[in-house]
Amino acid sequence: MFDPKDLKFTKEHEWISPDGTVGISDHAQKELGDVVFVELPKLSADLKKGQEMGVLESVKSVSSIYAPADGKVVKINEKLSQTPELVNQEPYGQGWIAKLELSDRKQSGELMSHADYIAFAGK
Amino acid sequence: MNYIPNTEADRREMLTSLGLKNVEELFKDIPSDIRRLSSPKIPSAADEMELMKELRALSAKNLPCGSVLSFTGGGAYSHFIPSAVKHAVSRSEFLTAYTPYQAEMSQGLLQAVYEYQTMICNLTGMAASNASHYDGATAMAEAAVVSCNHTGRDSVVISGAVHPNYRQVLATYSLGGKFSIEESPVLSGKTDVGRLKDLISEKTACVIVQMPNFFGNIEEVFEIGEAARSKGALFVVSVDPISLGLLAKPSEYGADIVTAEGQCLGSELNFGGPYLGVFAAKKELVRLVPGRIAGMTSDHDGNRGFVLTLQAREQHIRREKAASNICSNQAHVALTAAAYLSYVGEKGLEAMARACRAAALYAHSKFTGLKGFSVPFGTGFFKEFAVRLPFSNERAVKALQNNSISAGPGLEAFYPELKDHMLFCFTEKTSKADIDRLVSVLSNV
Repeated sequence: MFDPKDLKFTKEHEWISPDGTVGISDHAQKELGDVVFVELPKLSADLKKGQEMGVLESVKSVSSIYAPADGKVVKINEKLSQTPELVNQEPYGQGWIAKLELSDRKQSGELMSHADYIAFAGK
Repeated sequence: MNYIPNTEADRREMLTSLGLKNVEELFKDIPSDIRRLSSPKIPSAADEMELMKELRALSAKNLPCGSVLSFTGGGAYSHFIPSAVKHAVSRSEFLTAYTPYQAEMSQGLLQAVYEYQTMICNLTGMAASNASHYDGATAMAEAAVVSCNHTGRDSVVISGAVHPNYRQVLATYSLGGKFSIEESPVLSGKTDVGRLKDLISEKTACVIVQMPNFFGNIEEVFEIGEAARSKGALFVVSVDPISLGLLAKPSEYGADIVTAEGQCLGSELNFGGPYLGVFAAKKELVRLVPGRIAGMTSDHDGNRGFVLTLQAREQHIRREKAASNICSNQAHVALTAAAYLSYVGEKGLEAMARACRAAALYAHSKFTGLKGFSVPFGTGFFKEFAVRLPFSNERAVKALQNNSISAGPGLEAFYPELKDHMLFCFTEKTSKADIDRLVSVLSNV
């Protein structure tokens, strides 16, 4: 489980950890409601920042997950295929989506801190 | 009476705000040689009695299927429709609903759709069927889109033995730029499997064949399915539902998506529509399936109920990222198919398929010995096959029409190398005497 203070956030409500793990924010999971299906990215896919890397389907809507930075998908959270509700239960822990091998570490540095994100999401 | 509510002042105002001088400028992008510049000639008004007389005279020029001996096939088929089927689906509750906007209010219709889907799954061996598409051609083209979305690839390989009109619809879909099409040649009325395999690569999203194909022949679906799988491509098969009474279920030869024209399941020829696009797929593809899906569930008291399910795929939720922008379905034609299949049953369908095949085999034996005629593609057909006539298609059609017989289509229009070839279709409705008459008329041309 990550401490959100160690994470960087995008305006599309994804978070990324220093080791390249990606998930969606607590705010985002609350807005989505019960997640019933997660479409995971393909392993070893090369992603560009802002590219769609997966889809979250809840009982009332669907949203895309966008790559917070350039990188290659090195791990995906296969548990989500059977238990998508982990995204709701533990967005900063067992509900992670995938892990990226970042090609440019600076990119994630440009994202929002947790405090900035809270202010952004609260608007 | 003028039906256009805009005044001249309205028009001037709109033109000014668009920065145009006149209405003509709105159409300047359309080449003048394809524009009709004068109004079509519309005759003056007639009273009801006059009009009925005129329309009756016009409709008398039709050769309706019921008043001719029909051997016409090529994608639309006249099978026997038990009157119980028509009676059941003519209930006004079914006839009034188009797409219920508060879908769950229409439990009866949703249940009918659910039953239809269940039967289609039983018939094809697939895990999920949608509530239907416009017709067999659009269903097949949608399968290509699903395949591209699933595999992340953008090349579609299709056999040249798939119905020419279906290939045309697929080509229209490809204009959107989502995929390109590669077509394999035909060899003796069948897919040239060797050449088809050469086209399949790591870029192929899916391989599409028709079973039986446009010529009525059975394809090497086990081998083709294996070839598609070996390159990670999906295998899409467009089937004749009646043939499934006799042939292997598409799931047995590894089809990932099965589509079909379902008109033959209890609907008349209807001058070409409305028809029924059957679409069914394996479970792992269910979230990419276009269109509506009815599901069964229970309410908070534990009572059975029906709902529209997996709607997050659909465009009212997913917007531009929806699996498809097809949202309509052919609810009443699907209902008819469900009524028909429940009336006919598994054994009935098998008996019917056998009767079709038996009639076609009998006809084949009659044509085989006929001087001047030849049957070029063997006996590997289901209910229709091509005959090479000793005269042109036009002559055949004229001679047959003079005897109240319909047949075809002629193959030359689609395959120029098949000069004087014509398709003949035989069903459970065809008797030996019918076939003898057909052969006798043709041999006297």
